[in-house]
Amino acid sequence: MSDNPVFDRIQTEIDESSVTLFMKGTPMFPQCGFSSSVVQALTMMGVKFKGVDVLADMEIRDGIKQFSDWPTIPQLYVKGEFVGGCDIIREMFETGELKKVFDENDIEYSEVQQ
Amino acid sequence: MAMDIEEIERLIKESLPDAEIRIEDLRGDGDHYSAYVASKAFEGLPRVKQHQMVYNALQGRMGNELHALALQTSVPEVT
Repeated sequence: MSDNPVFDRIQTEIDESSVTLFMKGTPMFPQCGFSSSVVQALTMMGVKFKGVDVLADMEIRDGIKQFSDWPTIPQLYVKGEFVGGCDIIREMFETGELKKVFDENDIEYSEVQQ
Repeated sequence: MAMDIEEIERLIKESLPDAEIRIEDLRGDGDHYSAYVASKAFEGLPRVKQHQMVYNALQGRMGNELHALALQTSVPEVT
């Protein structure tokens, strides 16, 4: 489908899960403060998500930056759409926009206690 | 391989001449910044696009020489 084989692998990761977070480390053990803060937001909302550890896969680590045209990790995808990196997710979490994204995509979450 | 505030500001201004820019060196190490960028060019665009425009202005430095730039973008309010 694409001329870059890594892009197909990334697409598969995104298609396999409604909410996919490309991050450094794992949701249990984030290896970077920026990844950790997005994991924290998703966890507080009680959203089920899949973490893809880019530190475990150099190809994906470089490929995802071109795939999304986004220079940094973490990167959050919801239903195949790139929603944002750490700053955007944090802002959307605080303003309640992240809830809206999950509502629009029929993704379950529990009420946020802030 | 850090970048100084003037350089970041100059690059953003080159792409977004009307931008109001506020940059802070968060740790005083020339490597961890936060930037607030307001420009009319952002009007009607989703946040991802707005941030991409700033990253493009930095010409590939983001994530390389520029390790961390916490970014907040907005459209200036008309007064």
